[in-house]
Amino acid sequence: MNEVDLRSFTVNFGPQHPAAHGVLRLVLEMDGEVVERADPHIGLLHRGTEKLIEYRPYLQNIPYFDRLDYCSMLCQEHAYVLAVEKLLAVDVPERALYIRVLMDEMTRILNHLLNIATMALDCGAMTPLLWMFEEREKLMTFYERVSGARMHANYYRFGGVNRDLPAGFAEDVLAWCDQFEPLFADMDRLLSDNRIFKQRTVDIGVVSAEDALNLGFSGPMLRASGVAWDLRKAEPYAAYERLDFDIPVGKNGDCWDRYLVRVLEIGESLKLMRQAIREMPKGPVRTDDKKMTPPPRAEMKRSMEALIHHFKLYTEGVHVPAGEVYAAVESGKGEFAVYLVADGTNRPYRCKIRSPGYVHLQALDEMCKGHQLADVVAVIGSMDIVFGEIDR
Amino acid sequence: MDSLWTGTIWPLAVIVFYILLIAVPLMVAMAYLTYAERKIIGAMQLRQGPMTVGPYGLLQPIADGVKLFFKETVIPTGANKIVFVMAPMVTFILALVGWAVIPFGAGIVLADINVGILYLLAISSLGVYGIIMAGWASNSRYAFLGALRSSAQMISYEIAIGLIIISVLITAGSLNLSEIVMAQDGLWYIIPHFPMFMIFMVAILAETNRHPFDLPEDESTLVTGYNVEYSSMTFALFFLGEYMNMILMSAIAVILFLGGWLPPLNIFPLTLIPGPIWFILKVCFVLFCFIWARATLPRYRYDQLMRLGWKILLPFSLLWVVLTSGFLVYFDMLPR
Repeated sequence: MNEVDLRSFTVNFGPQHPAAHGVLRLVLEMDGEVVERADPHIGLLHRGTEKLIEYRPYLQNIPYFDRLDYCSMLCQEHAYVLAVEKLLAVDVPERALYIRVLMDEMTRILNHLLNIATMALDCGAMTPLLWMFEEREKLMTFYERVSGARMHANYYRFGGVNRDLPAGFAEDVLAWCDQFEPLFADMDRLLSDNRIFKQRTVDIGVVSAEDALNLGFSGPMLRASGVAWDLRKAEPYAAYERLDFDIPVGKNGDCWDRYLVRVLEIGESLKLMRQAIREMPKGPVRTDDKKMTPPPRAEMKRSMEALIHHFKLYTEGVHVPAGEVYAAVESGKGEFAVYLVADGTNRPYRCKIRSPGYVHLQALDEMCKGHQLADVVAVIGSMDIVFGEIDR
Repeated sequence: MDSLWTGTIWPLAVIVFYILLIAVPLMVAMAYLTYAERKIIGAMQLRQGPMTVGPYGLLQPIADGVKLFFKETVIPTGANKIVFVMAPMVTFILALVGWAVIPFGAGIVLADINVGILYLLAISSLGVYGIIMAGWASNSRYAFLGALRSSAQMISYEIAIGLIIISVLITAGSLNLSEIVMAQDGLWYIIPHFPMFMIFMVAILAETNRHPFDLPEDESTLVTGYNVEYSSMTFALFFLGEYMNMILMSAIAVILFLGGWLPPLNIFPLTLIPGPIWFILKVCFVLFCFIWARATLPRYRYDQLMRLGWKILLPFSLLWVVLTSGFLVYFDMLPR
């Protein structure tokens, strides 16, 4: 017998591939249908966000955070706003904290719906996608009502939120929750009770709790592996301390568990939204501190001081005292954090963004090895990666 | 000259006329099957489906056809040109020739041959060669994987189909499709052979590469698999072939299990409706099931399909053959 030189079958999976979830370029080395090595390449959506942030006043950076992970916009704003608030040592009014919880949970539902639906689509079920996108549209209408933009809200501010909820908003959100629940149950039945969907996801891409911790997982990816770690409980921010909710935890850390954790989290988010609306106090939604909040128009006509504040805010923006701070929130995808270095000027000296998707993506090789090509698709679907935040 | 006219040309002309009589309505039916599919799935997904071209989008299939017809046929540089062009033709022709033996009504059949069912089995099994040729000739990774899947899974469900057909044949006592239908007068085979009908439905989904078994053209993994490099009419032929196969397989299901052109009950108002209408209605029902499955189910992995074929469908249909023949022999009910 002569020695045969075996060459593995290399497939370029993406960046233009329907299941690549954006611009993932995955080089797969395969033996037939079995994946031997998965090599993710990133950087195709790199926009230099972190560097751009260094050149803009603090306030003008908020919109960049909407545009990182374009499925959990307000959660990311929250992280940045928290970081700046920590440096400014400002007190946020109670009502604003509840509004933030409400909007964060709405964002989480937006994110999880997208993920569950696209994961189902990757596994071949296309109906959940169309059902759930209709609900996402309705949620985006709420975004529009509070902020004027359907996606890139730019709603949170240092020391509160931009403006109070519009009239009738709370009632409409509650009405949405009520009509959403049966619809979501329908979708859940279509997938969770489906033998084929289970066959495609159970025991696929298993990550043990230890591996998950070592790989730096967070969010649903970590919880699916059985680690009950949620920043909303572990290091509560906003009003989460005062609200009652549970953290769904998986057992096996496979695609199925990751899917289930997200489904259950949507239920918890609904609970949180209802609670936040019920317990939301009346009052201001933004701090009084005129160093951060522009004065009302009427006051500017009367008060010289207000006029000066307005002028300073709109020419220089907020001056943040020197210091370093790390602020993290539980975004839909996991621990989204901002590490901010301030040098006392009106612009950040450095802003490092910790995006959960970036950390999750590095596990792709480990999770896909030995699985089939069709499983790679399921694994990518269950990872919930969005390239806006990975490439930044 | 007279004998040439009456002996060759005239019969040939008659046959060509009959073929056109089948093929042309079939093409229209196929075009509107795509429309029906988009509308039905649209309704299941809370949307409207095509609405712009013509009233209720009724001209959409024609617009699609015209678009495909006028596009450029791109042949990739690395492709094997002859096989590349032949593959869609093979698929399309095979989907079309199967119709020769399908009886639309009592005596309404192009070729009333004795072994019609074997002919159909042969034709439908050949269909996979179009896919394999396409996948190989495209010289593309994704297409190649699609072809690999197709060739790997081909046998797993066709054996089951063969055994199911045997159960029906034993009960009917004939290989002629018209006689199989006539044997169902009074009792459609879906009633005694209900489990086989279900398995047959699963197997024909796999046979026609339809959801949840559309693995050779798995959109989310293989982009569209074997036909990824095809464009314009070459693609259209694959597409036509796939839908024609769907109709053909539905017709076979109707003939084997749903009593072909026979009305559900032999009572007065139902017998007024002509046989072909019943036939078409039943085919439409089976096609609806095809589309229903597509809107509802996720996709199998290809090894899971093979497991399903070999470990569940095959033993069960084999058992059913034994049961059926045992039953018929024991009660002395074998057809003469």
